[in-house]
Amino acid sequence: MSRAPVHPLTIGLLLLAGAAAPLLFPAYTNQVAVLWLMIVFASTWDILGGQMGYNSLGNIFFFGAGMYTSAVVQIGLYYDVGMYTSGARTTHIVFTTAQYFTGFALGTIAAGVVAALFAVATSWIVFGLRGPYFAIGTLGVAVAAAELISSWEWLGAAAGISMPVFPGAPETQKLFFYFLLFGLAFAVLGFLRWLYSTNFGLAINAIRDDEEKAEAMGLYTRRYKRTAWTIAAFFLGIAGAIFGNMTGFIEPRDIAFPTTTFNIFMILMVLLGGKGTFWGPVVGAVVFQVIKEVTWTYFLGWQFVALGLLIVIIVVYFQQGIVGWLMEKYPERFGIRIAPKERQESSRAIGLAPHPEGAE
Amino acid sequence: MEQVIGNISVLAAMPIFNLGLLIDGLLVGSIFALAAYGLALVWGVMSVKNLAQGDFIMIGGYITWNLGRLGIDPLLGVPVAMVVLWGIGWVLYRTVISKVITRDLFTSLLATFGIAIVIQQGLNLAFGPDTQSAHANLPTLSFAGGLITIAATRIVGFALAILLAIAVILFMKSRMGQAIRATAQDSRAARVLGIDTEKVYSFTFCLNAAICGAAGALVAVVWNVQPFLGTTYSIRLFVIVTAAGFGNLPGVIAAGFGMGVFEQFGGFVLGAQFQQALIVLLLLAVLAVRQLQQLRVRQAVQ
Repeated sequence: MSRAPVHPLTIGLLLLAGAAAPLLFPAYTNQVAVLWLMIVFASTWDILGGQMGYNSLGNIFFFGAGMYTSAVVQIGLYYDVGMYTSGARTTHIVFTTAQYFTGFALGTIAAGVVAALFAVATSWIVFGLRGPYFAIGTLGVAVAAAELISSWEWLGAAAGISMPVFPGAPETQKLFFYFLLFGLAFAVLGFLRWLYSTNFGLAINAIRDDEEKAEAMGLYTRRYKRTAWTIAAFFLGIAGAIFGNMTGFIEPRDIAFPTTTFNIFMILMVLLGGKGTFWGPVVGAVVFQVIKEVTWTYFLGWQFVALGLLIVIIVVYFQQGIVGWLMEKYPERFGIRIAPKERQESSRAIGLAPHPEGAE
Repeated sequence: MEQVIGNISVLAAMPIFNLGLLIDGLLVGSIFALAAYGLALVWGVMSVKNLAQGDFIMIGGYITWNLGRLGIDPLLGVPVAMVVLWGIGWVLYRTVISKVITRDLFTSLLATFGIAIVIQQGLNLAFGPDTQSAHANLPTLSFAGGLITIAATRIVGFALAILLAIAVILFMKSRMGQAIRATAQDSRAARVLGIDTEKVYSFTFCLNAAICGAAGALVAVVWNVQPFLGTTYSIRLFVIVTAAGFGNLPGVIAAGFGMGVFEQFGGFVLGAQFQQALIVLLLLAVLAVRQLQQLRVRQAVQ
C-alpha cells in the first residue's frame, strides 16, 4: 500500500456525497444508509480476505454478536432481559429518551468490545486452520451462533427481540441512523487507510504472500492474524449494534447471522471491486448495492437464484474485480484519476498476483 | 437442563433404548457414509471441496418425492435420481467446476457455495418451503415387546446404501477406477502416463453427483426433504470427511456410521431443536482437534 495520504479532494467529495445524499434523495435514505453499511462490510472483510489472504466465510458472526450484545445492554440496563423477551409478556414497555440514548451509546460500545473479545477467543480455534479449513471453520462459528441463539429462550430464541423504540419522528430516526452508519463507514475507511500505511499493513501483506517466510523473517504471525481479526470484529460489532437498532427488530437467522445474504454479500462485493486494494471494496459495495436496489424488485422471488448465479459468474470469470481489472488495463490513468499519489501502489499491485495464493 | 438429565437417566435405566438408538443411528449413518464417500472422492481426485453436496442430495430427494406423488414406488427413485443427477453433475462440471479446478481452493469453495444457493432457492421456488417425505408402503417392525421399533424403510435404505457402496468400491477396481485413483495420487504423473485427466475429473464429478442422487432418494424415503436442509447435510459430510481424512475410505465409512449414532443419541438427550447446533459444534470440535494434531506434527518437525 502507498504510504501517501489520500488526496484531500477525495475526502471532501466523499464527505459531501455522504452528507448530501439524504437531503437530495430523502426517499432513499435507508438504501444509502445500507450502502454505507455494505462499505463497512466489504472493507472489514478485505482486511483478512484481501490484505492477509485469509478468506473468512464467517465474519457475519461479529455483526450478529454485536447486535445481540447491544440488545442485551440496552434492555438489561433498565429491565430484566428474560422478562422482556418472554413471549408471554403482556406489559407494554416504553423507554424514555434519556434511557434510550444512554442505552444505545453504552450498547454500541459494548457491542464493539464484546465482538472484539469474541474474536480473540475464536482466534484460538480458527487460526490454526489454513485455506479452505479456515473458511469452513469460520462459517461453522457463524452457523453455530445462529443455531444456539435460535434455541436460547432468554434471548427470545427464533422469535427474536423487538428493540427499544426510537423516541422521535420516523424522519429523525432515519437521518439519525443514516449519519451514524455514514460516520462509521468514514471512520473505518480512515482507520484502514492509516493501518495499511503502517508496518502492520506490510506485515499482514507478508502473511498473505508467504506465511512461512514471514514467520521465518521473525514476524510473530499469530499475533498479527489475531489483531487483524479483532479489528474487523470490533467494527462489525458496532455496525451490528447500529443496524439492529435501525431495523428495530432482531432475529438470529435472517437479520443477525444471515450467512447466505449479508455474509456472502461482503465477499462478493470485495471480489467484484477488487481484492486486496483499498478502493476495491468501496467500488464493489457501491456497484453491488446500486445493482441490487435497482434490479431486486424485478426478480419476483428469483433474486436469490440470481445472487447465486452472480457469485458463480464473478468467482469463475471475473475474479480480479473492477479495480484490479482497471489496474491491469490502464495503470497510468488509474493512478492519476483516482488518487494522484497512488502510482506506486498500482505498479506494485501489478507485480503481485491479484489473487495471492500464499495462504491457500 | 432437567430434561436433559431426565433423558440421560432414561437411557441408563432402560438399556434397551440404547440399542434402539444405536440401530437407528447405524441405519441412518449408512446414508451419510455413502454421500461422504462421494465428497471424499471429489476432494481427493480434484481437490474441489463441494459445498453443494448437501443440495445435490436434496435434488435427489425431491426427484423421489415427485415420483412418489405420481404413484411410482419411491424406491424406484434411486436409479432415476442417479441418472438425473449424473446429467446435472455433467452440466455443472462443464460450466463451472472445470474452470475452477486449477484455481486456488477458496475459489472452488465459493463457486460451489454459489451453486448451493441457486439449488436451494430453485427448489424453494419449485416446490415450496415445506418439509416433504416420500412414503414407501412398508411396515414398521417392532422388537423386544415394542420397545425397539424400526421402520422397514430404514432397513431397505441401509441395504441399498451398502449395495451401492459395494458397487462403487468394485468399480474402483475397473480401468476407469484405476485412472481415478492414479489421478488422485498425482495428476501430473497420470497425465504423463496417458490418462485423460480431464475425462477423469468430469467422470468423478458426475459419479459423485449420482451417488448424492441415490443418497437423496434414500433420505426422502427414510426421512424428509426440505429446500434448505442441504446446508446441514453439507456440514455433516464435511465433519465426516474432515474427521476421517479424505484419503481414508474405511475411515470415512466408519465416521459416517459414527455420525449417525452420535446424532441419534444427541437428538434424544438434548431434544430435536438442538440437532443442527449439535452438528455445527461437532464440526468446530473436529477442526479444533485436527489443529491440535497438526500443531504436534509441526512441533515434531521443528
